[in-house]
This record gives sequence, structure tokens and C-alpha cells, in this order.
Amino acid sequence: MPTGTIYDLGAPGRRGVSLPSLAGREEELLALIPEGARRREPPWLPEVSQPELVRHFLRLARLNYGVDSGFYPLGSCTMKYNPKLNEQLARLAGFTGLHPLLPEEEVQGALAVLWELSQYLRGIAGMPGITLQPAAGAHGELTGMLLFKRYFQERGELERRVKILLPDSAHGTNPASAAMVGFRVVSIPSNERGTVDVAALEAALGEDVAGIMLTVPNTLGIFEEEILKITELVHGAGGLCYFDGANLNAYLGRARPGDMGADVFHFNLHKTFSTPHGGGGPGAGPVAVSEPLVPYLPVPQVVKEGERFRLDYDRPKSIGRMHPYFGNFLVLVRALAYILTLGDEGLREVSAGAVLAANYLKEKLKNTYKLPYDRLCKHEFVLSGEGWGEVRTLDIAKRLIDYGFHPPTIYFPLIVKQALMIEPTETEPKQVLDAFCRALEEIAREAKESPQLLREAPHTAPVRRLDEARAAREPRLRLPRP
Amino acid sequence: MKEYIPHTPEDIRAMLAEVGLQDVEALFSDIPREVRGRFRPLGLPPRDEDWVRRHLSGLAVASSGKGLIPFLGGGIYDHFIPAVVEYVLSLPELYTAYTPYQAEVSQGTLTWMFEYQTMVCELTGMEVANASMYDGATALAEAVLMAHRTPGGRRVLVPRSLNPRHREVLATYAWGAGLELVEVPYGEDGRLRLSQVPEGVCALVVQQPNFFGMIEDLSGLKDRLGEAFLIVSVNPISLGVLEPPGSFGADVVVGEGQVLGLPPSFGGPLLGIFATREEHLRRMPGRISGQTVDAEGKVGYVMAFQTREQHIRRERATSNICTNSALCALAATVYLSALGPEGLRRVALLSFERAHRLAEELSALPGFEPALPGPFFNEFPIRCPDPEGAVSRLREAGIAVLPPEELEKAGLTGAFQVAVTERRTPEELSLFVSVLREGR
Repeated sequence: MPTGTIYDLGAPGRRGVSLPSLAGREEELLALIPEGARRREPPWLPEVSQPELVRHFLRLARLNYGVDSGFYPLGSCTMKYNPKLNEQLARLAGFTGLHPLLPEEEVQGALAVLWELSQYLRGIAGMPGITLQPAAGAHGELTGMLLFKRYFQERGELERRVKILLPDSAHGTNPASAAMVGFRVVSIPSNERGTVDVAALEAALGEDVAGIMLTVPNTLGIFEEEILKITELVHGAGGLCYFDGANLNAYLGRARPGDMGADVFHFNLHKTFSTPHGGGGPGAGPVAVSEPLVPYLPVPQVVKEGERFRLDYDRPKSIGRMHPYFGNFLVLVRALAYILTLGDEGLREVSAGAVLAANYLKEKLKNTYKLPYDRLCKHEFVLSGEGWGEVRTLDIAKRLIDYGFHPPTIYFPLIVKQALMIEPTETEPKQVLDAFCRALEEIAREAKESPQLLREAPHTAPVRRLDEARAAREPRLRLPRP
Repeated sequence: MKEYIPHTPEDIRAMLAEVGLQDVEALFSDIPREVRGRFRPLGLPPRDEDWVRRHLSGLAVASSGKGLIPFLGGGIYDHFIPAVVEYVLSLPELYTAYTPYQAEVSQGTLTWMFEYQTMVCELTGMEVANASMYDGATALAEAVLMAHRTPGGRRVLVPRSLNPRHREVLATYAWGAGLELVEVPYGEDGRLRLSQVPEGVCALVVQQPNFFGMIEDLSGLKDRLGEAFLIVSVNPISLGVLEPPGSFGADVVVGEGQVLGLPPSFGGPLLGIFATREEHLRRMPGRISGQTVDAEGKVGYVMAFQTREQHIRRERATSNICTNSALCALAATVYLSALGPEGLRRVALLSFERAHRLAEELSALPGFEPALPGPFFNEFPIRCPDPEGAVSRLREAGIAVLPPEELEKAGLTGAFQVAVTERRTPEELSLFVSVLREGR
């Protein structure tokens, strides 16, 4: 298969779209631009006809693997099916054509979307306040850390509350988000059951602690059974509790972070609420908050007065804006459609299906692969690729590609050696789960009998194993000009 | 059973048997009983597909603003989007994939990211670009944080003529990081007036064209900054005719990429453009696709320099950004490929030409004059005796413009602002002028 870029196609003078004419006024118009500001040399861009363009991107699509291609058990990413209705609705001209600076009386339908979704997300979180502005989960985390900062600033405790406690199984975004707001990160070890070591937490708590960032269930897929004790301890020490909602699929429709003591909770609409991942975004990371943090939420807030919606900017204690407008609106439209389609019953079915599928895979695979934490899991679980001699987790992952599956998340969480983090989601039929188990069992046999087959995998992908070290050693981050 | 969840009662029984549990509820026994006991449902029944379609379609038609002729800009513009953009964005292997962690099954994503980075470098005149940030405002904020990490200093020079929304987002990030924003005024022509560079400055921010549409003179700015960063926030369409900031020594170029093939979408999703110099590569936030070879020596692409990123570097990462705006960057890649260098220049010049034609005709109306006399690109503020009245007359005729209160946020009073793209027809321009002429 060819590996070229779009710059390898086309010819000077070709174009992919027709535009209105300048009627020969080009030079005259260019002369109106101040000379020092006028572009001297055009940018080097492709010159391709429309058929060439379409074939190029269709070829690129075929080099890719998406949820629509097959099973994508990428742990912690919740790669569930993306409903097609929601794509259709997000393309309605009444949504896509709206300018965000139109006066609020001109955008009542869009404000209704924001308001409805806010109501449902607050209900799902069991928390009184919400902002839809964050554009992704990590952006929600940053919002949360800023809310922490404002809260302690208002209480005059900012100088001494400098630490954020983080379980050692946390997503990498958590410590990075805390650091962006100037908090110092203190790691809390996990115990032998894979959950927070409560004694260690207790020892770490004090007047210098701003709070804790928890992922529930944690990145091992294990629910923190002592969650109420943990949040009570943190609150008792004057701290706040942040809940990373990446793993909400584990208890959707059955439990609410607000009932567990969360002060800030971020949603990942591109995970739990089925909006497409887009190759790495756009997502959406709305943030729900507990009562004491409501005054600090970003502006504006959407409020309903009678049958009309209004934007409330009069919030003097707000941390300010996190997004120039209202967040990733078209992603929010999709999430609203998803919630309405499912209803309460469907939301419960999501977590039931996701947790059942994960436990089913775990039980079937633990006879073949090492399962460091052998207990009930939630929506995902972590195997170890240790014990196969020269074959490592990376090799197992790459070999799965040859069997037609997207590999799981690997080498995360860091507390499991050679981790294989598997999240099946609720949208895979049992036949697919069974086929995945058979593939992993077959790969285990190959690991013993013909390890080289794994070491050199993949064999059937568009490219063979890629040299990542070389990309760092000899960086080529753009095409050189011809 | 919902249409997205394929488990039949038989499947559920068989899977439960494998797990050794009696019923589905037992899967949740590790959630404290107390927590489960407090749960309250939303009170939502499940709905069929047509019900949901009708409900959302109803909300889509409920906004009266959707039918207005947009002479409204202020950071989001109504440029033409070729049909091929939506076609490519609808290809399932592209939009239903995630971050290309597994390069061998993600060559499509990694290849277009590499193409995108090339195009962004070409537009901005910079050496390296990342694969996108959330939007132009957060890209700007991240650029300022990067400046703070690089030359150091806690003060940031921010022009009064910066998009107020971008300034507000920047202010939130800066407060979090403990940085101080120092305002730089604009002169009577609406362009930046930098008198002196105070101590402890890590960056000067310039918007090109600025919030009022004025074309800034970028020459000589970097010399006055020394080690401090020159950060330029661009409208990428304008780079079809304006000299790229890279030529003026910019350290970081950011921008709102919505104009490159994305509809206004009530302000999101957007596209944050981010490009810098090679020497700053290791401090740049975000994902980067890099070219390499596979085991057989064939060219391929991987995510490069991941050691800057949060999933490796944790609290010492260059940023916390993970999910970004990939699909929007794909839209920009397709858009720029469809237009080519000539198409981009034409869109820029058509927008420029129509904006200038309208400005000229409006200035001929008694009482109307340009609020700022500097050179502008495709947007300009217009002063008149009763700007609120003018805006409401235009609204009655089905035309939307940027109202006076938005300009007041940037310190300009007594004016409203007009943005013109290549989509505004001569008839629409005539209507605009006639509404204001007759309304007098």
C-alpha cells in the first residue's frame, strides 16, 4: 500500500473546490495591504483535484482502525459505539449555523440544549452545580483545580493548602492538572487489594492539604470500597475531593459521585456518553460541583426564567471563563441525544453491560494471563504480560492487531508491571468477547511456541512495527519543502 | 434492551455463570450499600429514535438567530465550507478512532496529522506545530504558560485590542499559574502601541489582525523583547495575504482554526492552532506526529516526543492536555488541501475586498465613519450617532453584526463592528447599506 502524503499528489494549478471570482482585481487589492504586512511568498499547500483529495483521505481512513471497524478495548478510554442518530443531529443547520455571539434571545434553542443537558448531568452526578465549558477531561480537571484554588483563596487558606494527594494509580492528567495551578503532588500508595491505603492517606492529611484527586473506580477497575471513609477523612481535614469521571461507565445509573462525597466531578462525554473520539478529540469534559463550590463556577451560567433562557454573568466569585464561548456545543448535542435515547433504564443497562462484559473477560482470561488483582472488577481490569520470557506486553498488543483487534491500553496503570488494561464497554456482543478471548489464548500459545512471531508483530497491518526511538532521535515533524 | 447494547437475557445468563454470580446486581456489591441507597433516577423514560430526532430537531429550529445574515465575526467567521470536508469528517475509521497510541493501526490519523503540521508551519512561517489544542483561546493561554516556563518572568503584556473572550480565558489560566497580565493600549488608529517593556516580562501577546480587524505592524517587536516571547494569535485565513509571524521572529504562533472548514457551531468545537520554533520543541504542549520507518524500512508515522506529555511525565509535563481537537484539525487539513495556495489567497482577498467595499459605502452615509482609521483585513468597527439603533434596524432586516457592548469590552465605545467573508454577496452588501441609509 502506498504511504505517501497528499503533497505527493496533484499538479500546479489543480484545485479541489471552486470559489467566487476576483474578476482580475487581485493585484489592485493586494496593493491595499500595507507593504510590510503583505505576504511575500505563498504557503506551500497541496494542489489537488477533488477526486484525488477524496481518494487520498479514503485511503487514510482504510489505514486506520475505529470503533466502527471492530473491537477497541482501550482501557480507560471507553471506546463504545457512537450512535449514528447523534451524528445526524449534530449536523443540523440550526445548531451548526449559530454564531456564539448572537444575543441570547436569538439562540433560545441552543440555550435549551445547554440547560437540558445541565439538568441531566447534575442529576447523574447528584451534585447541584455544573459547567459545560471544559473541552475535554483534562480541561475539566484544570477547571476543578482552579475551583479548589478559589475556594481556599476565599477562605484565606491558600497559602498553607499547597498539596494535592494522588493515589499512585491515577491518570497522568491528574498530577499535570494539579501542577498547572501550582499545587504540589503527593502520591498515596495503593494497598494489596489495589485500593487507596487509608492509613497512608490518614498520615498524609493535614492543614497543608488542599484535597485529593480520586478516580472511581480506580484505574485498575476496582471500586474504592472505603470511598465514604476516604472522603470523610479528607473533608475532616478541611480538604476537598476531586473525582475523575473517566470511569463513570462503571456505575452509570446506579450511584452518584455526589453521594460519595465528591466536591468536583468531571464527565468525559466522549467516553461515557458515546460521542465519537475523533482521532483524539474534540471531546467534552463538563464539571459538576458540590454546594460550597457553586459560586466559583465559570461564567456564564444558563438559567431558565419561565419559558426563556438567559445567560447569567453576574457571578462575582467565579473563576472566570474556561472556554471562549459555551464549550464544545456539538458534542453536548450528541450527549443530550444519548441520554434521552437511553432514559434511566438504559443508563442502568450501560453500566450493567459494561461491568458484566469486563468481569466475563477477566474470568475467562485469568487462566491464561496473570491477573494481579483477582477480585470483582467494574468496567475494566488489568492483566500483566509478565511471565512469557522474552515476549513482553508490547508484543502481545501488536500481535492482537494481526487477529483483527485494536490492542488494549498498555503499560498503564504504572503500578502493574507490563500492564494490559482491557475495557470492553457494553456495546460488544458476546461473540466478539469470545473471539477476543480465543485470540488472546492463541497468542499465549504462540508466546511459548514461536515467540519471534510476537516479537515481530504486527504482520498484517499496513505497516510493520514502527521505530519510535528514531522519531525522537531524528525528528521529522513536517514535510521539507521541495 | 437498547439498540446499542447487544446482550440478550441468554447472553447475560451465560456471562454471569462464567463470573459465578447470580444476578447483575451482584456485580455492584462493592459499591457501598449506603451510596446505592441514595441514588435517585432522572425520571426519564427511554425514547425511540424518531422521538429523540424530533425533540432535538425542534430545539435546532427554535433559535431565531439561525436565519440571520452573518456580518458577525469577533473571532468566529462564516466562511464557505467545501462539501468534501464533511465527507472526510464522516469517514468512520477516522472519526470513531481514538488517539493514535497504536501507530500500526493508526497510520491514517498519524499521516493527516503530519500533513496538518506541515500546513500549519507553512501558514505561520514556523518550524514545528502540534496536532491541535482545544481552541484559539486556550492555545493562547498555553503559549503564555510555555513562555513562563522558558524565558521565565511572571508578567505578560496583553493588548487591549485582544479578543475579549480570549483575554478572559487567558486571565483564568494566568491566575491559576500566578501570572500578572499587563495591558498594552492601542493608538488612535486601533493598532498596538507598545511604549516600554517592563521588567519580568515573559511574553508579549499580539493578535493579527486584532479584535477590531486592524492589521498590526509586527516588525521590530521581537527586538524589543529580547528573551521574552513574541506570541502572535492569528486568523489563519488572513495568512493567505499577510506575511506570516514567523518572518517577524515570533516564538509561538497560535490561532483559532474555526475558519478553516468548521461551521460556527455556537462556538464549539473549535481548533487551537499552535506552532513554535524548533528550539522550543521540548517545551511545546500537545501531540505531535513524527515520521519514522517500520521494521522493513518503510516510511510510517508515530506520536513523537511523548516524553513531554502528561501520561509519561505526569506533574512535570508541558501541559495536562490529552484529548484535543483532532477531528477539527482534520477538517482544516482537508479544507486547505481543497483550496490550495491560490484558493486560500482568494478567500482572503475576497473577504478583504468585500469588507473594504462595505466600509467605503458605509462611510459615505452621513454620520457614519470608521471608528478606527488603521488598515484592516475583513472586519472593522463603524461609528455612528446611534449604534444600538443601527444594530436593531439591521436585525429587523435579518442582519447580525457585533453589537456595541462587545466592543466596549475592548474599550471602544459608540460603534458596532462588521465582519465580511467571501460568502457575503453583493446583494447582501447592498441590503446592509440600504437599511442604514433608509433608517435615518
